[in-house]
Amino acid sequence: MALQELTYRDALRKALADAMTENPDVVILGEEVGRYGGAYGVTKDLIKEFGAERVIDTPISEPAIVGAAVGAAMTGLRPVAELMYVDFIGMTMDQLANQAAKIRYMFGGQIGVPMVLRTQGGTGRSAGAQHSQSLEAYVMHTPGLRLAMPATVADAYHLLRMALTKPDPVVFIEHKALYTMKETVDLDAEPLAWGKAAVRREGRDLVIVTYSRQLHYCLEAARQLSARGVEATVIDIRTLNPLDFDTIRAHVERTGRAMVVSEGVMTAGVAAELSARITEECFDFLEDPVVRVAGEDIPISVSTALEAGSVPGPQLIADTALRMLAGRVPA
Amino acid sequence: MYEADLRATAGRTMAGRVGAGANTRLPELYRTMRRIRTFEERVGELFVRGQSAGSMLHLSIGEESAAAGVCAHLRDGDSFTTHHRGHGIFLARGADPARMMAEIGGKEAGYCHGKGGSMHIADMGLGHLGANAIVGGGIPAVVGAGLSARHHKTGAVSVAFFGDGATGQGILYESMNMAALWGLPCVFVCINNQYGMGTNIAQATANPNLHERAAAFGLAAETVDGLDVEAVAEAAERLVEGARAGKPAFLAVSCYRFYGHARKDKSPYRDPVEEEAGRRQDPVAFARAALIDRGLESESELDRLDGEIGAEMDATIDFTVAQTEPPLASMFRDVYAPEEPEPEPVRARIDRVLARD
Ligand SMILES: Cc1ncc(C[n+]2csc(CCOP(=O)(O)OP(=O)(O)O)c2C)c(N)n1
Ligand SMILES: [Mg+2]
Repeated sequence: MALQELTYRDALRKALADAMTENPDVVILGEEVGRYGGAYGVTKDLIKEFGAERVIDTPISEPAIVGAAVGAAMTGLRPVAELMYVDFIGMTMDQLANQAAKIRYMFGGQIGVPMVLRTQGGTGRSAGAQHSQSLEAYVMHTPGLRLAMPATVADAYHLLRMALTKPDPVVFIEHKALYTMKETVDLDAEPLAWGKAAVRREGRDLVIVTYSRQLHYCLEAARQLSARGVEATVIDIRTLNPLDFDTIRAHVERTGRAMVVSEGVMTAGVAAELSARITEECFDFLEDPVVRVAGEDIPISVSTALEAGSVPGPQLIADTALRMLAGRVPA
Repeated sequence: MYEADLRATAGRTMAGRVGAGANTRLPELYRTMRRIRTFEERVGELFVRGQSAGSMLHLSIGEESAAAGVCAHLRDGDSFTTHHRGHGIFLARGADPARMMAEIGGKEAGYCHGKGGSMHIADMGLGHLGANAIVGGGIPAVVGAGLSARHHKTGAVSVAFFGDGATGQGILYESMNMAALWGLPCVFVCINNQYGMGTNIAQATANPNLHERAAAFGLAAETVDGLDVEAVAEAAERLVEGARAGKPAFLAVSCYRFYGHARKDKSPYRDPVEEEAGRRQDPVAFARAALIDRGLESESELDRLDGEIGAEMDATIDFTVAQTEPPLASMFRDVYAPEEPEPEPVRARIDRVLARD
C-alpha cells in the first residue's frame, strides 16, 4: 500500500510507537531512553508521546534494568528493556540466563517472561574493545531465549513488532552501523513470518548463510561474484532462535556448497553452530567443506584499520566463494 | 540540587586563604590543571580535524581539580583506575601527553599501540591499571590492588576514579564493602559532574548525598567542592593517608561537565542558564585568580606558563598526525602473552580448509 522511505532507526522507533499505541502495557526502560531519546536515537520523543511512566529513564544499573523487566513481564507488563551496548550483556547475564530464560521451565510452566531486550552491537564506529562486540552467541547458547537480528529496514519494524507478541523473552540485537540505512518499504505488506529465513538472492552455485549487517556485505560479494560468473544464494536467517533450518537445508541440498558469514568471532560462534548443523544434516549433498567466514578470534581495536581488519568484508566473502568454486569458474 | 551548590559557592572568595601562601602547592596544582584543560581542548581539535579514532572522546574540562587534587597525594607504587573520562587523571599522574594523544588518534605510537583509544589508555609503569568504557568496570580492581599492597606490605594505595553515573552500579557497593570489611588501602573518588550522559544526578538517585552511602559501609567519606583545588587536595590528603593506614575512603568531588557527554553531544537536554552557571564553576580560572590575588604569581607569569603549555600540547597534535596506524598484523598480538602462539587469522584457516592439491 503505502510506500515510504525509512531508516532502520525510524523503523525501530515506529515499531515501538505502534506497539505502545496498540497495547497500553508496553513500557520501555533503559538508560537515556526518555529525555535523551536513546543513545542511537531509536526512542527519540517517545517520552513526549507516551509519558515518563511508560518510557522510563533508569540509573546506570544494567542488572536491575533487565531484572526489573523480568518481574514486570511476570506481572502483566510488556517491557522492552534497552541495553545501550550488547557489550554490557555480561553484567546482566544472571538476570537474562538464570532468571528470564529459565523461569518458565523451573516453575513447571506456570508462567512465562514475555519481555524484549533491545540492544545493539557490532563494529563500525571506532568504539573500541568494550563497545564493538558481536555477542549473539552468548544468547544463542542459552535455551529459553529467543534471538532476532534484523538486517533490513522492513525487518527492523516487523521483527520488533513480532517480538512484542512472543510469549518468551526475546533478545533483539540491532547493528550500530545500520541505523542510518534507508530503504523504501511498504509496512502494510504481509511480512515474512517470525522464525522464517529470507532468501535475499537466489543462485545455483553456492549458499551464503548470514544475518545482520553481514547480509549487506554478502549481497555486495554476490554482485561481484555474479560478474565473475558465480551465482550465489544469500539467506538472511533473521531470527537465530527460532532457527529456520529447513530453508537453509533446501538450498544447500540444491547447490551443494555452503558458506556461513558472521561478524562474531569464529570460534564457538553462530557460524560454528550453523556450519556444524549443515555438515551434519546435509553431508551427503556437500561437494566441499562448509566454510566459515567470521570475525577474527581477537578483541576489537579502536584503530580504524585494525577494527575493519577484524571482521569480514565483501572482499573476503567473494574471494572465499571463488576459491570454493575454483576450477568451476573461468579464471 | 545543583542550584543549591552554586549558591553556596557563588559568594565565596579566596580571602580565607590569603597569607597561607608560603608553602602552598597551588602553583603546581594550577599547572597540572592548566595542562589538563589545554590537553582536552587539543583532543577536541584532533576530533574536528578528523584525526581521532572515532568520536567517543570524553573531555574532563571543568573537573580538573579532582585529578590534580587527588593525584597530588599519590606516589610511586600507588595504583589507580579511571572511567572513560580519564585523560586528566592520567596526565596528573605523569603521563606523556604526546603518547596519550597518539593513542586517542588510534596510532601505533600511542600508549596501547592504537588498540585501546581514549577510553582504554593505561600505563602500568605509572600505576595506571586502566581506563574503562564499562561504567563501574574499573572499580573492583582497586580492591584487588589493596589486597596486593597489604600482602606485599608496600604501603601503596589504590584509587578508583569514576563518575556519578557509576553510583548506580552495584559493583561499587560490593567493592566498598569489601574494602571496609578488610581495612584495605583503597580510595573511591567519585567525580560528580552532575550528569551521566543526559541524566542529571537528581534524575538518577533519590539521595544525591553520595558520601552517605560510603559512610554506611564504614568508609571515611567526604564531599568536597571541586571549584577549589586546594580544598580537594586537602580532603584527598586526609583520605589517602588514612587509606594508607588501613581506613579506606570515599571522596565525592562536586563539579560540572562543561561540554557534551562525548564529542557529538551538544547537551540539548541542559538548560543554557544552568550551563552558563556551571561553566562559571571553573577550577582553573578560580585557581588562577587565587594565585594572582595572593601574590603568588603575576598575571604575566601565568600568561607565559599558559603559553608554554599551549605549545607543549600543540606539539602532541603534530606528533599524532605524523604517526602511522598500527600494522594490520599487530591485531593478533597481545590477545595472549607474547610467548604464546597468536590466534590464527581467519584467512589462514580458510586457506587450509580450501587447500587443494
Ligand atoms: C555498563 C555501562 N553502561 C552504560 C554505558 C554507557 N555510558 C557511557 S558513559 C555513561 C554515563 C556515565 O556517567 P558518569 O559515570 O557520571 O561519568 P561521566 O560521563 O559524567 O564522566 C553511560 C551511560 C557504559 N559505557 N557502560
Ligand atoms: Mg557524571
